[in-house]
Amino acid sequence: MIKYVAGLLFGIALGAFTAATLLYFNPLAARNPLSPLSVSNNKILSLNYSIVPNDSIVYTNNGESRVRPHPEKVRELWEAPIRHSEVLVTVVKDSRNDPAGIGIKFSSDSERTRIINGEALVDSAWHIHLVERGSLFVEQTENYWNFLRKIVLPAYWSTTNHWKGTWNANMTVGPRALGTAAVSGGTGEFAGLESEAVEAIHASAYSVLQGPVAMDGSLTIDIAGNIELTASDVAER
Amino acid sequence: MLKTVILGFILGIVGTVAAAYYVPVVDQHRESSVIAVAPNGGNTESFRINIPTDRIMVGAPKQAEPLPPGLDWPADEFFDGVRVELFKLRNSADAVIGVASRMVADSDAIEDSIEWVLHLPARGTFYVAMPVQTADESRRVGTLRAGTREFSPMQGTVSERWVAITDNDDIDAPDGYIELETSFVGTLSDDMTETELQEGAQ
Repeated sequence: MIKYVAGLLFGIALGAFTAATLLYFNPLAARNPLSPLSVSNNKILSLNYSIVPNDSIVYTNNGESRVRPHPEKVRELWEAPIRHSEVLVTVVKDSRNDPAGIGIKFSSDSERTRIINGEALVDSAWHIHLVERGSLFVEQTENYWNFLRKIVLPAYWSTTNHWKGTWNANMTVGPRALGTAAVSGGTGEFAGLESEAVEAIHASAYSVLQGPVAMDGSLTIDIAGNIELTASDVAER
Repeated sequence: MLKTVILGFILGIVGTVAAAYYVPVVDQHRESSVIAVAPNGGNTESFRINIPTDRIMVGAPKQAEPLPPGLDWPADEFFDGVRVELFKLRNSADAVIGVASRMVADSDAIEDSIEWVLHLPARGTFYVAMPVQTADESRRVGTLRAGTREFSPMQGTVSERWVAITDNDDIDAPDGYIELETSFVGTLSDDMTETELQEGAQ
């Protein structure tokens, strides 16, 4: 009898391991890296920022993550309704790497996350003010599944607790039909703007102890209408 | 024996897949919404930010005591006309339910403005722009520019006002609070999809 129970448990463990391996290597979870905006005929506004918390003005989370808040004494988001959230306040730069404004990114883990579909979803919103120009609000859903699979887990499995390499990917998967973010203009030259955007990550180093070490983000915003772009806005495409 | 192992193997696969599908990975904590129905349709909701306890950050040039301590606001004069504040946001029952940003732009090139973004993880986010001038002696009124999830089918106004607390001698009591009052009404249009309506209803 014990032999059969042991056999059943061994089978269950083997089955669970096989299923977990299939989920991890699920080829259907691979995303098309091509940005839908790369085929747009409209003008493109490109904004870049550093994802490394120590490069930010303020970064805060629940204080229990391995990625530590910055500066050290910033208030943490420990209350139950906000403990799955983080906020990044940073200088956003144009495509010539000159400061263009201030961006605030609110991110919260999404309840629509489904590992079986290769989805580790985050609902995020950008509040961006471009100095002397105006403000924008960007709403998006991001999928961090491939980020976890290609960067975070390999860092944990590495004997040095570190990942190094080159990884570029679009994170935005919605809410728009083509997997783009929704952009709403607020003030200045962006007042009344309704458009789309895509956020991408360019990663080259990640540490288990510190989180992102060398990692940049970029927001590509499709500017429909008559908004005049400066030369430094326009990213090479 | 082999049949038992195979049965266990199948159970293991089915169990893992079922768990991955049905067990929620993220479960956001929810506080009950404190919403009142407005007399002429729509609804109103009041949010508050206790000062100074709920203030996370004040980003402005040349501060003697930056908040948080160690804050490194860009020294470039380019940013002199921008003031950014970050807060924890409470419902009218005084429970923290979200995070909010307030951005003030003072510029010669564009109209001065005050903007709020209120991020409520379990419900959605909304973006409000309001003029610097107050509508009455104490209240500024702005319009809802965009909203996500619960707030996506909404339109309406949001007002802000400062309420000083003078009758509390407790040393830990806040100096006062910022009150944000929303007055939203849902919009229905032929362009809305079934999914958008369901998301708005959740």
